Amino acid sequence: MNEFINWLYMDGHGPYVWSAYGISAVVVLFNVVSPLLKRKELVNQFDRQLRREKTQSSL
Amino acid sequence: MPETKTASLGSVLVGMCRRDLAMAFRRRSEVFNPLLFFVIVVTLFPLGVSPEREFLSQIAPGVLWVAALLATLLSMDTLFRSDFDDGSLEQLLLSPQPLFLLVLAKVLVHWLITGLPLILITPLLALMLFVPDESMEILVLTLVLGTPLLSLIGAIGAGLTVGLRKGGLLLSLLILPLYIPVLIFGTTAVQAAAQGFSVVGHMSMLGAMLALGATLAPFAIAAALRISVS
Amino acid sequence: MMLKIWNWLKNFYHKMGSPKWFYDISGRWLPWLTAVSVLLIGVAVVWGLVFAPEDFRQGNSYRIIFIHVPAAFLAQFGYILMAVAGIVSLVWKMKMADVALKCTAPIGASFCFIALVTGAIWGKPTWGAWWVWDARLTSMLILLFLYLGVIALQSAIENRITAAKAGAILSIVGVINIPIIKYSVEWWNTLHQPATLKITEKSTMAPEMLIPLLLSVFGFYCLFTLMLLMRMRNDILENERRTRWVRNILMEQT
Repeated sequence: MNEFINWLYMDGHGPYVWSAYGISAVVVLFNVVSPLLKRKELVNQFDRQLRREKTQSSL
Repeated sequence: MPETKTASLGSVLVGMCRRDLAMAFRRRSEVFNPLLFFVIVVTLFPLGVSPEREFLSQIAPGVLWVAALLATLLSMDTLFRSDFDDGSLEQLLLSPQPLFLLVLAKVLVHWLITGLPLILITPLLALMLFVPDESMEILVLTLVLGTPLLSLIGAIGAGLTVGLRKGGLLLSLLILPLYIPVLIFGTTAVQAAAQGFSVVGHMSMLGAMLALGATLAPFAIAAALRISVS
Repeated sequence: MMLKIWNWLKNFYHKMGSPKWFYDISGRWLPWLTAVSVLLIGVAVVWGLVFAPEDFRQGNSYRIIFIHVPAAFLAQFGYILMAVAGIVSLVWKMKMADVALKCTAPIGASFCFIALVTGAIWGKPTWGAWWVWDARLTSMLILLFLYLGVIALQSAIENRITAAKAGAILSIVGVINIPIIKYSVEWWNTLHQPATLKITEKSTMAPEMLIPLLLSVFGFYCLFTLMLLMRMRNDILENERRTRWVRNILMEQT
């Protein structure tokens, strides 16, 4: 357990290393999640458009 | 059968230059505003930071160059906009003459009415900023080489943004990073001259960049205009 | 033989002009790219954080290198990719090149941002300050400005085709300027900071540090490609949504 905490602390450099990795992870995650969300939005848009076309054709 | 006379390239260029100069003379604010901006920005530094001789003479090259940069940027927006608004830009694009030459002439005239006045007033401002005599000559020389290059690079941004409504600020954001090498070599040349070092390297770099800009930029400007006006 | 290569190139050119072909092929690549990038980056990060030894001079903070160096590489690679896409778009008028340019910009800018932040964070324990105007960080900052310029220009122009061409021109102008900017910033830096600490001295790195670094670089390149393909596929779906094949795909999803 002690060893783990020592590793986290990294002789005082811990906050630097972890914040660097953390910020990078956030940015990378954003770049992966953002296209996934956009794709879902496109599908939803298409869904709505499809339903609009169906109601229009049935009129 | 009457033959239509197509104008020669030379006469078209001369005609264009005369027209642009005449228009600039009529709209004198286009000439004076950037110049006034230049002077005011320079005076902001002693007011905002410190009027001490030693301090000012140290920051003078940088201040003068940054102010010249910003003043040139400010004037860039007007390069094509009035022609865009009254339709003459479209006419220019339809001309049978090579566009990159026409564009080069336009930028040249623009430099004559904005860059040249900056250069002429710089010695006065340099005196006010306590620029040492040894570097005064080099200061003017760097501006002589640099301001045409600034006009050329700025014209690329002007061509890209001429069709946009709020193009001015975007133009600055696009062009300022590209100005950085010119700024660096211009200021370090003056600083080196003040310390008595050789400026051959700086000046040849500026000259090379100007040569590169004069040959390549017109094509980029022409391409930018074609897509902005289509 | 030459005729075969020429025919293959022509074939490839026509295929690349077709969004559908690109969409299908990229779809097959996605799972592989995901697996490879997760694996490579995972191994590299764990190795770098846990198993690599402490650096003699910098202690533990050097471990940031495993993120900083790949990010810096990708930031520069991304802009070159944009410029190449720009040239292809202007010369051969390929739709996919336009899409590639538009989608690369935010990804490249993100990696540029990562490189800057990790560089600055690394600088604090190494040089004592959060930002030191060193040549590489300053060039990276200017590169970020160039990226943001392309993004801003493309979002300001409403017409999709005009925006693509404008972005192409700006990227090409930018890429020509990048070596000039780098050279001038290095020059400027030597005048004002005679003794600069080099962040990376790759040639003198021990293999225990070099291998995870290489793994990380490859992994991040795969990740970059993955992100790019994901964005490009979305763009294709959006632009071609009136075509039958896209409608079929979207219908399958609902």
